[in-house]
Amino acid sequence: MPETSEQLYFTNSHEWLKVSGEFAFVGITQHAQEELGDVAFVQLPEPGRVLQSGETFGEIESIKAVSELYAPVKGEVIEANEKLLTAPELVNNDPLGEGWLIKIRVLSLDGLDQLLSGSEYDSLVKEL
Amino acid sequence: MLHTSLYHVHKELGAKMISFGDWEMPRDYSTGTASEVKSCRTGSGLFDVSHMGEFRVCGSEALDLVQQLTTNDASRLTPGKAQYSLLLNEEGGVKDDVIVYCDSVDDFLIVVNAGCKDKDWDWFNLHAKAFRVRLTDESSATSLVAIQGPDAVSIVESMADASVKSLKRFHFSTTMVAGVPCTVSRTGYTGEDGFELFCCWEDALTIWYRLIEKGAVPCGLAARDVLRQEAAYPLYGHELNEHESPLGLGLGWAIKSSKVDFIGRDDLVKRSQDGLRERLVGLIPTIPNAIPREGHLDFADGRDEPIGRVTSGTLSPTIGSGIALARIGAGFAEPGLELSIAIRGRVVTAIVRDLPFYRGLDEASKK
Repeated sequence: MPETSEQLYFTNSHEWLKVSGEFAFVGITQHAQEELGDVAFVQLPEPGRVLQSGETFGEIESIKAVSELYAPVKGEVIEANEKLLTAPELVNNDPLGEGWLIKIRVLSLDGLDQLLSGSEYDSLVKEL
Repeated sequence: MLHTSLYHVHKELGAKMISFGDWEMPRDYSTGTASEVKSCRTGSGLFDVSHMGEFRVCGSEALDLVQQLTTNDASRLTPGKAQYSLLLNEEGGVKDDVIVYCDSVDDFLIVVNAGCKDKDWDWFNLHAKAFRVRLTDESSATSLVAIQGPDAVSIVESMADASVKSLKRFHFSTTMVAGVPCTVSRTGYTGEDGFELFCCWEDALTIWYRLIEKGAVPCGLAARDVLRQEAAYPLYGHELNEHESPLGLGLGWAIKSSKVDFIGRDDLVKRSQDGLRERLVGLIPTIPNAIPREGHLDFADGRDEPIGRVTSGTLSPTIGSGIALARIGAGFAEPGLELSIAIRGRVVTAIVRDLPFYRGLDEASKK
């Protein structure tokens, strides 16, 4: 998919969703990785699983804390980022890039309008 | 929120600041907890622990008060020596764990946990009435910086006016460090050799920057917690609390029931006679990436009732797996025994092992 068609959304629970055509990548935000500290372990779903919007799809565990991961929209898991099995620190080092968590086929755009834009998410974080 | 004199320094260094009781303290700096733990184990780690409390007990009956309030035998202290000790309540639960420093026969400094400081202060004042002593809370005038790790001693030695390298474990002396008057104590909470440096509140900045120049790596509270768990040092609020006895935690060396009477002694004696019900053990999960956390329950083969609970757990970068400190039924405290830990709905097999997980310091020097 061409880069120009990518759209980036954020959730109140500090995930991001990068939509590109029928596919999307999901990860956690810079703020979320800072809050977690050193990521030790990421538990992700198997490809093929269908996630409802808002459903828990995994866990991310740092040395100090555990956090659940929520699907921003309904989608089928196409791929989980296998690099994170051996290099969970990618989530800290590049949360919006190499540290992505899952790739999904978007099955419904319901709820997309309730997600936050970059500037809306920034102001949410500033209030915290 | 309360701030130490190094608050702005932590922020400048990019620390993630968190609430720790009433204090806003660095959780970790930009390189993260695992890297800080490694720095402390292989080089030297630098810790701001100025939030801890310091009480001075002076007067002709200072020793008597200290003896009444603490489990270790302070009469064995001579000027320049310190000892780890516990404050117990009347029921034998733990109010706090402390270090008692003997400046002279009638002058002791008690270092207490930040989160226990207010209740400890009340406790000392309550009991001081019966003794000829003067209590002073020196906490707000005192900074405390710890430098720990294999390089710590040589670094401080290179900055100190008088030699400190031959100080024994749990001994201290006063000298200038980086041009600042310091009490230099061969103590710590990481399992590494090193010092804790007491100085005037505002002098910590000078010392901090000079130690960094010499290669010490700032470490936050998260690294400190990992390091102390690897070394199996108890932490108040986790291994120690007001409702449970300190027996069975491996702290017998700091509990001298045969000394003069002290608060909480009756319960210790009774429990010793009855036999230990629980012990603190180490647990290591058998699968990678399983991190036990406080409150997770331990189960023995075929049992539905928990036989104990995790009091602290973390990922240990030094060991390369999850580790846990757990209070379990004394009958299960056998190294090699396999238990199950319920980790958020997942049941994980863990192996009981002796503590500590990490033994950097010679245990013989602990006395």
